[in-house]
Amino acid sequence: MGDSDNVAQAHAFGYLTQPEVRFLDAALARLIPADELGPGAKEADVTYFIDQQLVSSWGNHGRNYRMGPWREGTPQQGFQSPLTPQEIYRVAIREANIYCSKQYGKTFNVLTTEQQDEVLHGLESGKIELESVSSKLFFSMLLRNTEEGFFSDPMYGGNRDKIGWKLIGFPGVAAFNYAEHMDKHNVPYRVEPVSILDIQQGRVRVDAQGYPKHVMLSKKD
Amino acid sequence: MASTKLKAVDAVVVGSGVAGSIACKELAETGLQVVCLERGRMLDANHDFAMPYAHDELKFWRHSDLIQNLSRETLTFRNAMNETALPMREIGSFKPGECVGGAGVHWGGQTYRFLPWDFEPRSRTLERYGKGQISEDCTSQDWGITYDELEPYYDQFEHLYGVGGKAGNLNGEIQPGGNPFEGPRSREFPNPPKEPTFAGLLFAKAAESLGYKPFPTPSSAMTRPYTNPYRLMLSQCVNGGYCGHFACAMGARGTPLTTVLPALLKHKNFELRPLSNVIKVNLDSDKKRAVGVTYVDARGREIEQPADLVILASYTFNNTRLMLLSGIGKPYDPVSNQGVVGRNYSYQTMGGVSLFFDDKVFNRFMGGGGLGTIVDEYNGDNFDHTGLGFIGGAFLAVHSAGNLPIRSHPVPPGTPHWGSGWKKAVAHYYNRALLISVHGACQSYRSNYLDLDPTYRDAHGLPLLRVTFDFQENDHKMQIYTADKAAEIGKAMGPSKMKVSPAIEKYSIVPYQSTHNNGGAVMGADPATSAVNKYLQSWDVSNVFVIGASAFPQNSANSPTGTVGTLACWAADSLKDNYLKRPGALV
Repeated sequence: MGDSDNVAQAHAFGYLTQPEVRFLDAALARLIPADELGPGAKEADVTYFIDQQLVSSWGNHGRNYRMGPWREGTPQQGFQSPLTPQEIYRVAIREANIYCSKQYGKTFNVLTTEQQDEVLHGLESGKIELESVSSKLFFSMLLRNTEEGFFSDPMYGGNRDKIGWKLIGFPGVAAFNYAEHMDKHNVPYRVEPVSILDIQQGRVRVDAQGYPKHVMLSKKD
Repeated sequence: MASTKLKAVDAVVVGSGVAGSIACKELAETGLQVVCLERGRMLDANHDFAMPYAHDELKFWRHSDLIQNLSRETLTFRNAMNETALPMREIGSFKPGECVGGAGVHWGGQTYRFLPWDFEPRSRTLERYGKGQISEDCTSQDWGITYDELEPYYDQFEHLYGVGGKAGNLNGEIQPGGNPFEGPRSREFPNPPKEPTFAGLLFAKAAESLGYKPFPTPSSAMTRPYTNPYRLMLSQCVNGGYCGHFACAMGARGTPLTTVLPALLKHKNFELRPLSNVIKVNLDSDKKRAVGVTYVDARGREIEQPADLVILASYTFNNTRLMLLSGIGKPYDPVSNQGVVGRNYSYQTMGGVSLFFDDKVFNRFMGGGGLGTIVDEYNGDNFDHTGLGFIGGAFLAVHSAGNLPIRSHPVPPGTPHWGSGWKKAVAHYYNRALLISVHGACQSYRSNYLDLDPTYRDAHGLPLLRVTFDFQENDHKMQIYTADKAAEIGKAMGPSKMKVSPAIEKYSIVPYQSTHNNGGAVMGADPATSAVNKYLQSWDVSNVFVIGASAFPQNSANSPTGTVGTLACWAADSLKDNYLKRPGALV
């Protein structure tokens, strides 16, 4: 069993099938890779985040206008596919894997990283065409969800161990005393980030207003 | 469907946002029986915006239920008349509210007055530059009201919303530290401005070196604990970020929920009905008088609420759509340039200059609504437009409103969109970048207008509003000119990398730009070119008033909320002092 399978086993997926999980784990590892700066989107459980988004109201376009007639429209007119995000992920991953099988004789997740990048660039630019949905639309949705999963509160299933926040120095839930620090110009405010999940699970205490007290990081952290 | 007819009331107000809440309160104070119909749900600040849940960027920036639910109603959009308009299927360019308090719950808090010039752009341009300065298809026009007439109401609104700032012009005398270009104020702001941030000081220093006069952004985020004229207390802003697009967990920003509603709900002669979506203003047989409104309640029942006075105070789009659906005023026809309802739809041009530093950090997640530093030298007609080929301008500003990472992770030009290169740039620059906004005006044109869509319908089977809009030559020229000025300031701030982005050439409904949609039911002195008179009263149906940014004949560079609230104060005063004493046409 590969690495990606181990990650997959850690969660009960609500929508994604195992081949889809493998595709996404592999794609996320290219979009935000683990590298010398630390773990990436796959390690941050962004695949699970996407799964959870797909079973949410957003994944079903619960708050979107969904009546026809359907026309392609101009780029300025925005999203015009009759498919929901659930359906887009399902058909686009299937069709992207069909492309990979034809082109390389293997599904996306077992291609070399160079081949994977080639495919991702092809989807992004629209050079690789998918049958049922615009490849550009799928790619932009995937990239958007990847960034969301890397930077949103871990209570949504991604940003595990606040990997995304630690990378950029974002403190998460704000503390009450920012005003004191704002006079200190050009001094980075470096703290252990606090998530809503931390507070929900009792790992971080809050004051009477509900704000956490941030723990400053030392120079070597 | 047979509708239930309720007992008549004196006044029905459609919408509980910035405009509607003030109209309700001012009318309720006179003892009239007032009903407010709000399409969205009731909010309870203690639960809806409790900490830590209020600090959830994915929810409030991306998926908020405070924003219009498009599954029931949206609008259609096209750039030009020769295209087929298609529905806006997901939220993008702007965020109309759908909750008690409306878009006023999630607004950003920058609280400007428009410049005196903004109210008379056409006549003042003709006077200063002659006829050639305005292109023939530009329909920008005077408001039919002047800054001086509105000044007392700007003052009233600023005191209601507890605006912090520094006056630049007190009764004609220029004040150091404020905006020297602003119209005269009758008194200081109710609250002092916020202390400038590190980013704001860098900007101010660079601007001063170029001869400009920077000043603090007027803001409705409280700079100290404040009690407003309705005796409501607001707490002090703690600069926690999570401000615009969010509901403040501290109740420290002026919104309908913090400044008006708790006092309004105490009036026994007032009733708020949430989840009540008005679909029509009912007129009498000769269409000269409104007899009430019809709305659909939370259970889907159609209900008729008779009233002597109808005030439309919903969002720009809905004000115009309700007029069109109800047959109030003549719909605009862009081909003949006749008719008024739907005329002069405008937006906001949003450009910017991104600066990237290697030797400075800004703690960009800190801050709050309207915490910023501005220069106004290129706003309105504050500079000589001779030979420039455009009218209007932009303010240039650095704001520290709390930059959260899903929305804001700027990278220098040339950075890959993903992969290790992207990751490295985001990690390095998330806290080392800032933006000079080029917040520009938007003129009105014959080809930019609102009407009813011939194809697409809402959940009730009623036609959606159709938006036909694109930025025009004046907007482009103005943006390029002002973005260039912003770039000069940017350069003087000493960044290691810089990117100049004037507003997008072709308007797109996809990326978020601003919830600053204007026009469609514009005010004016001439019934041939305006839907409502200077008192916001329909020219055609005198017991219907239409309040909101729908009344703006074109947009100023400054954000609209201050003027929306001011128009509500002005209209309410006209109603109280004039209309209620002698109902009928005020002009």
